[in-house]
Amino acid sequence: MTPDPSLAALSDRLFSISVALYSVAVLAFCAQLAFGRRPARTPELVAAGAGAPAAPLPPEPVEPTRSRRWGQIAVSVAVLGALTHVGVLVTRGLATGRLPWGNMYEFGTAMVLVAVVSFLVFAIRVPAVRHLGAFVLGPVVLAMVGIGLFLYAEAGPLVAALRSSWLAVHVTSAILGFGIFFVSGIASMTYLARSRYEAKLAEGTARTDSILARVPSAATLDRVAHRTAVFGFPIWTFAVIAGAIWAESAWGRFWGWDPKETWAFIAWVVYAAYLHARTTAGWRGRPAAWVNTTGLVVMVFNLLYVNMVSTGLHSYAGLPK
Amino acid sequence: MTVTAPPRPSAAPPPPARPSAGRRVVATLLHWWRRLTAMRTAIVLLFLLALCAVPGSLLPQRSLSKNNVTQYFTDHPSLAPWLDRLYLFDVFSSPWFAAVYLLLFISLIGCVLPRALDHARALRAAPPPAPRHLLRLPDSGTLTTPLTGIAALDVVEEELRVRRYRVVRRTGTSGPEVSAEKGYLKETGNLLFHLSLVALLLGLAGGKLWGYEGSILVTEGQGFCNSFQQYDTYSSGPLVDGADLTPLCVDLHDFRAQYEPNLTASSFTAKIGYGAPGQTDTDATIGVNSPLRVDGDRVYVTGHGFSPTFAVTLPDGTKFTDVSVPFLPTDQKTMSSEGALKLPDLGAGKDKQLALQGLFAPTGLVQNKILTSVDPRPLAPEVAIFAYQGYLGLDSGIPQSVYSLDSSAITRGQLTKVGAANLTLGQSMTLPDGTKIGFTGFKEFAALQFSHDPGEYWVLASAISLLLGLLGMLLLRRERVFARVTPASDGGGTVLTVATLTRGSGESGPRFAALTDDLDAALGARASKPEVPPRDS
Repeated sequence: MTPDPSLAALSDRLFSISVALYSVAVLAFCAQLAFGRRPARTPELVAAGAGAPAAPLPPEPVEPTRSRRWGQIAVSVAVLGALTHVGVLVTRGLATGRLPWGNMYEFGTAMVLVAVVSFLVFAIRVPAVRHLGAFVLGPVVLAMVGIGLFLYAEAGPLVAALRSSWLAVHVTSAILGFGIFFVSGIASMTYLARSRYEAKLAEGTARTDSILARVPSAATLDRVAHRTAVFGFPIWTFAVIAGAIWAESAWGRFWGWDPKETWAFIAWVVYAAYLHARTTAGWRGRPAAWVNTTGLVVMVFNLLYVNMVSTGLHSYAGLPK
Repeated sequence: MTVTAPPRPSAAPPPPARPSAGRRVVATLLHWWRRLTAMRTAIVLLFLLALCAVPGSLLPQRSLSKNNVTQYFTDHPSLAPWLDRLYLFDVFSSPWFAAVYLLLFISLIGCVLPRALDHARALRAAPPPAPRHLLRLPDSGTLTTPLTGIAALDVVEEELRVRRYRVVRRTGTSGPEVSAEKGYLKETGNLLFHLSLVALLLGLAGGKLWGYEGSILVTEGQGFCNSFQQYDTYSSGPLVDGADLTPLCVDLHDFRAQYEPNLTASSFTAKIGYGAPGQTDTDATIGVNSPLRVDGDRVYVTGHGFSPTFAVTLPDGTKFTDVSVPFLPTDQKTMSSEGALKLPDLGAGKDKQLALQGLFAPTGLVQNKILTSVDPRPLAPEVAIFAYQGYLGLDSGIPQSVYSLDSSAITRGQLTKVGAANLTLGQSMTLPDGTKIGFTGFKEFAALQFSHDPGEYWVLASAISLLLGLLGMLLLRRERVFARVTPASDGGGTVLTVATLTRGSGESGPRFAALTDDLDAALGARASKPEVPPRDS
């Protein structure tokens, strides 16, 4: 099918609009952080941050109205951005008459959308998580700009190997898993900064005007990271299994240590280690958060290195030569 | 990353005599077994496994492409042999990779089997007695009711049974109590997940031991039978007996590649006939993403290409038509292909053997006498060939590629270039000795692969049960509820202490609040209807 040029152009325009809306949301999230009042010192936060996951959460400090209002504005703009972001993929899909994740540009765009949506679900349900907005949407804007600049591919038909219903199953679940792990990784990275800040707070050496004073407590961050990883892990497992089933009918074997397969396996093992680490004495807290951060690094490496540098069976990224 | 065992309580008073050597060995073994099966060891082994897989994706692997490994040896002549000694070109079949995953699986089995036994016991056992200090549990609280203690526990038991808890009533030292538990499936899922991993590895190993695959290029109108002698390349597990291969033959009737207007390949289909030797009369169409599946064996189309055909007329007038050989595509976008046609028997004697080497372009474009292909479809086929005469070395015993001439023979002067030309269909060139070579046409060939993996369905079933176990393990909750009654201090009524213990995702606080609200409501309803006879339990 020949792509529809006007729809494809609309998709590209929506992409720019989404980036702009996300940028505005980042500014609003920053304003929320900037106008937040200094929280009262709460040393018990520290104990909970390092303690068992089952421990009840300490209450988050009450937020001043101005800051909360900025948070609401930020979330609304981000939701608007997510809607136009959905539009990018829908118009691409309509323009090409296929699922809009057939090359790296489309895969990356969809993955970032999943990350935004899974963050927004949290942010709407747990207001404390909104303080994480700048840290999630900042990388999202950077990722979108990078995807637009370096990975852009014209709307076009799929190569023969991708014309299978397994595309819908395997790639969709990989996108979902990646997007959710993205939020999980950001939460763990923020946790690493915040838990160090809380340790300093306990010693009395922390600066109370630090931006870290306004991000959610380490216990909340740890829980966000864990819950997203718990949600993402079965999806990623399913993505790998579905990929193996597809590979069996497309490439003649279900597993062949193709570079992408190898890195998907490495990521799976790292996330398995994270889930174990979080319930193992001596690994809880910061070590586990480092494992989760490693997991995100592996996922990003798998997306960029394997498609752009190494040659394997997954190399139909549709990159501009 | 250091792993240290937690300080164990030192064994009670020092034994009077040194334990026997046998005991000490057993104790040491037990110590190491405990270390190996500890969770922190498992985490380190998981990391090690991930780390060990990394070189397998950064360095060329023999299992993926022997050519890339050879190329690496050429590019890094001093480094490559050292890497090879460390099995870095065969990472996934190397002893150290195997050591890590075997250790991991022993650790896993050592961890999971005792847990499975415990769980089997727990499934039959009653929920454990309530802890003495219920209010120390993370989710706990008290309710007061005018009911008697026994009647209040009746209400609690009823409410919990409705919620499908397993409930037991006891009279503990601190008073009558209720213990309840549900969510045993969570642990079942956990065990299922880990045992499925073991099953998956066994299936994988079985497939590697008894499986094989072979690849062959088949030109339209030809076929092959499943035997190692026929394949261009094959690999087989150590327990495969070449005589036991499935007797299956495949004939390629027609191959078709289709393209989108922007020349993206849209489909490759091969019309084939298959069956037992001599009976290849069952027809099928196979293509990308749709292999032929017969009794656990699979036949795939893994690629395609063109075989240009030539007519050679010797100076004495002898004519050979339809001389053809597959040219391998070097660019999938334009199907520009390279190959070599070796004709050891056509020349006059051993030193006058004839060979053609060159390029086939399905749609040729000649610029400055250089032929390139501009379209993958065979719209205007053209070849650029070099003709060589001399000794081909096919009977020298030194293996050489079917798809190219031995370049060292050319540099040594055993083969001399005697002509070069770009030929479109029907054109021909004449060599200095009068031999005439004409480009008469082309055929399409398909790269077919025959695969046999007896472990495949076992692995699939393990993967599915692994996923189910994972879902049960991560999404279900295991909850214990304890309740105890004590008479209220002011005389009238009862104080009911309730506590829950939760393992699993989600917040336990709101659910505990909901449970106590429901209990409170049920107690209130029962208290307002005193005519209900007490249970006779």
